[in-house]
Amino acid sequence: MELQVNGQTHQVEAPDDMPLLWVLRDLLDIKGPKFGCGVGACGACTVLVDGIPTRTCTTAAADVSGEITTIEGLPDGERLHKVQEAWIKHEVPQCGYCQSGQILAAVALLEETPQPTDADIDAVMTNLCRCGTYPRLRAAIHEVAGMEG
Amino acid sequence: MGKIAKYTRRGFLGLGIAAAGGLAVGYYYYKKPYPNPLPDTLAEGDYSFTPYVIIGSDNAITIITPRAEMGQGIHTTLAALVAEELDVDMDQITAEHGPAAAAYYNSAMLEEGAPFPFFEDGFMAETTRGAMGVLGKFLALQVTGGSSASIDAFDKMREAGATARAVLLEAAAQHWGVAADSLTTTRAEVINPNGERLTYGALAQSAAKLTLPKPPALKDPSNWRILGKSQPRVELLEKVTGASIYGIDVQLPDMLYATVAMSPRFGAKAKSADEVAAMAVPGVLNVVEIVTSAGFGFGIIASNTWAAFEGARALAPVWEAADYPADTAGLKALWNEALDKDASFTLGGVGDPEAALQGAEVIEASYSLPYLAHTTMEPMNATAHFKDGKLTLWLGTQAPGIAAMVTAELLGIEAGDVEVITTHLGGGFGRRAEADVPLYAAAIAAQTGGKPVKVTWSREEDMQHDTYRPMAEARLTATLKDGLPEALDYRVAAPSINKSLFARTFPNMSSAGPDRSILDGSFDQPFSWPHSRFAAHQVDTNIPVGFWRSVGHSINGFVHESFLDELAVAGGQDPLKMRLAMMHDERHEPAREALKAVAEMAGWGQPLPEGVGQGIAHTLSFGTWVAEVVQVDMRGGTVKIEKIWAVADPGMVLDPGNFEAQITSGIIYGLSAAVGQEISFDDGRVVQENFYDYDALRMAGVPPIEVALLENSPRMGGAGEPGTPPIAAALGNAIFSASGQRLRALPFGNDVEFDLG
Ligand code: FES
Ligand code: FES
Repeated sequence: MELQVNGQTHQVEAPDDMPLLWVLRDLLDIKGPKFGCGVGACGACTVLVDGIPTRTCTTAAADVSGEITTIEGLPDGERLHKVQEAWIKHEVPQCGYCQSGQILAAVALLEETPQPTDADIDAVMTNLCRCGTYPRLRAAIHEVAGMEG
Repeated sequence: MGKIAKYTRRGFLGLGIAAAGGLAVGYYYYKKPYPNPLPDTLAEGDYSFTPYVIIGSDNAITIITPRAEMGQGIHTTLAALVAEELDVDMDQITAEHGPAAAAYYNSAMLEEGAPFPFFEDGFMAETTRGAMGVLGKFLALQVTGGSSASIDAFDKMREAGATARAVLLEAAAQHWGVAADSLTTTRAEVINPNGERLTYGALAQSAAKLTLPKPPALKDPSNWRILGKSQPRVELLEKVTGASIYGIDVQLPDMLYATVAMSPRFGAKAKSADEVAAMAVPGVLNVVEIVTSAGFGFGIIASNTWAAFEGARALAPVWEAADYPADTAGLKALWNEALDKDASFTLGGVGDPEAALQGAEVIEASYSLPYLAHTTMEPMNATAHFKDGKLTLWLGTQAPGIAAMVTAELLGIEAGDVEVITTHLGGGFGRRAEADVPLYAAAIAAQTGGKPVKVTWSREEDMQHDTYRPMAEARLTATLKDGLPEALDYRVAAPSINKSLFARTFPNMSSAGPDRSILDGSFDQPFSWPHSRFAAHQVDTNIPVGFWRSVGHSINGFVHESFLDELAVAGGQDPLKMRLAMMHDERHEPAREALKAVAEMAGWGQPLPEGVGQGIAHTLSFGTWVAEVVQVDMRGGTVKIEKIWAVADPGMVLDPGNFEAQITSGIIYGLSAAVGQEISFDDGRVVQENFYDYDALRMAGVPPIEVALLENSPRMGGAGEPGTPPIAAALGNAIFSASGQRLRALPFGNDVEFDLG
């Protein structure tokens, strides 16, 4: 199969039902998407497919035809994405394990709703963080929204 | 690495086996400085000064921060300790975990304790206390000295910075032919009276030839430029770009992938397994048996992780029966039987509670707490390479020395032949000190023909093979006098973590002596009972129990602080005022101040609408005093957690921003458990499988949390755990205040419905 990841085309040999998560991690050595649950319940494995947040542990790689963006592909060359900047400013990550997924989910939210309310954030930011970084996640999202406004 | 592992083994086991000899070993090492492990590892043009500082000719400054970073910001704080005295700014340094070596680990394990005693200290305190009897005292002193452990190594890291600075000054003095005390430093430069400057990098080569002086006097805290102020975390850039390498991300040439299918009936072996079906899964290469002290089962080796998972599913082992009651009801009955019998031991307590309760009007209550899993965000994993009699482990671990020791034992090699490379940890919370993960990986690595293998557990495997927070049942009886608590009889039935830990980790040693974790958070609290008795009714099974963020304090914090609320109600007292009235020892002052401060933040005592209520609780744990208030709104028929206020007093705050983040994190961790987490048993195995039936709070369910810090306590306390213990009681007390419904069993979600957004 052929996958477009972070602007590059990859040819991969993989079974049809192999989840995109494991194709990315084990076959293509792209480790940004994380394994958390394998059943679509935590969001650690989130990537963007044509800009839409997608839980890759329950998405067969063979079914994906769009452009995949992982955390590795988010910066514009050396320049961090503004969401990444805000994450650093608010010191959001603790262990950091969920943060690739959180950042990509936030990028998609802000793309769709540049000035999200708390309710908008609650509705969309459903990824699990066992370190409990939610208050800072929320503050960082508002920060980006402020930069927009 | 060789040194540390060998030492650990001798020191640790030696102490357990021969008391006198062990003491000698401990004492010898206590006095002897460890060799600096850095010179062997340095690149061309790099020079090391103490085991903590590397300076390159190019003025690149590296600070070694040899503790596991699991999100608690420890690398930043440790680096700041050195940077403060070295006189460099945080933007000039890189922090590195550094090699595993005696200079770092032994101090954590045997003497001064880690600079910040989150877990390994607790672990050592418990194990040494349990295993080593008299010697345990010697060691436990080091660790309890250990609330001073932080203070002790807090000095040690600063001394490293000061020593390195002194030798650089000396080199500069020789270069210019002036007296060292005529020189000043700033931002990694030495400046002479004429205003000429030399960078540390330019001086490094000549300074490295000089003998390190004794540590000079340290700065007075009033002159601190870095410590006491929030610092940007050193590892943020890599964490927002996906560049951090967690254990699960380790990638080696020729690496195989594997997973485990361990017996979910603890202690039971497999009756049968369908190896043919497993091998038929595309990508599955081999199925191997795992036999260790921590568990029995299978390793499924494959060409990628997903194939290994599928292979494990197909293997579908059938297990023997468990030797403990098969379901939660049966286990609870066993716990309650233990409560009916004599106590295993008591701790603390004053006066004559039996006499005081005799014939008095009493208040009685029973509390229930379930087993809890850790569910770190990153599932358990380890990568192991066993070749030519040497094992290398890549492991996100809170206890590398123990991992080395137990895997060496399993493979029949010297601990010195095990190298542990510590990766980033995707959450720890106490789970990542356990030896089961490296043991299983080592067992598999011994059966790969010398190829490295990354062993990743599925979430289901992780959740069903945890070292759980103990299930507990408590029975309390108290009486009042003039509306104030007068006498307390406190009984809790729970398994011993020490005993369970020893059985799975050091099966040839037995843990003796009381396991105080059963009662932590009750007898040790700042509260003056005229008469009290705190009794542990120990009840042990093969179900593994371990250190869950804040350990015993989260269990007894809930029981003790909920019951105090009941007594306040019974005595017609305000729960805050009643606590303050019972904290009349002057050593209780930090608790009083924390409670008063949190009450003021929360507007405690102001009228609230019908159906809205506040609850308060305070627990002292790991040297930090934490008071919390929760406000709930139940007018909609569900429980909406509106807001949480917390005040923490760790004596001294080195990094306020980071400390606040840790307290908040601890609160959310405890709140998730209080609202909805429960590990239950059926058919001899854990019922819950994944986040769909053992969830934690998400963004929408977490209310605003306001944290303030105080520095009244005379000693430095920890940050990572103390936020957790008071939260369940504060929430339960708030629900009572709002509704009159008293909840005595966790999780509350079984009895009330929460509005989680
Ligand atoms: S790993 Fe995909 S949602 Fe959890
Ligand atoms: S930062 Fe650790 S799980 Fe989110």
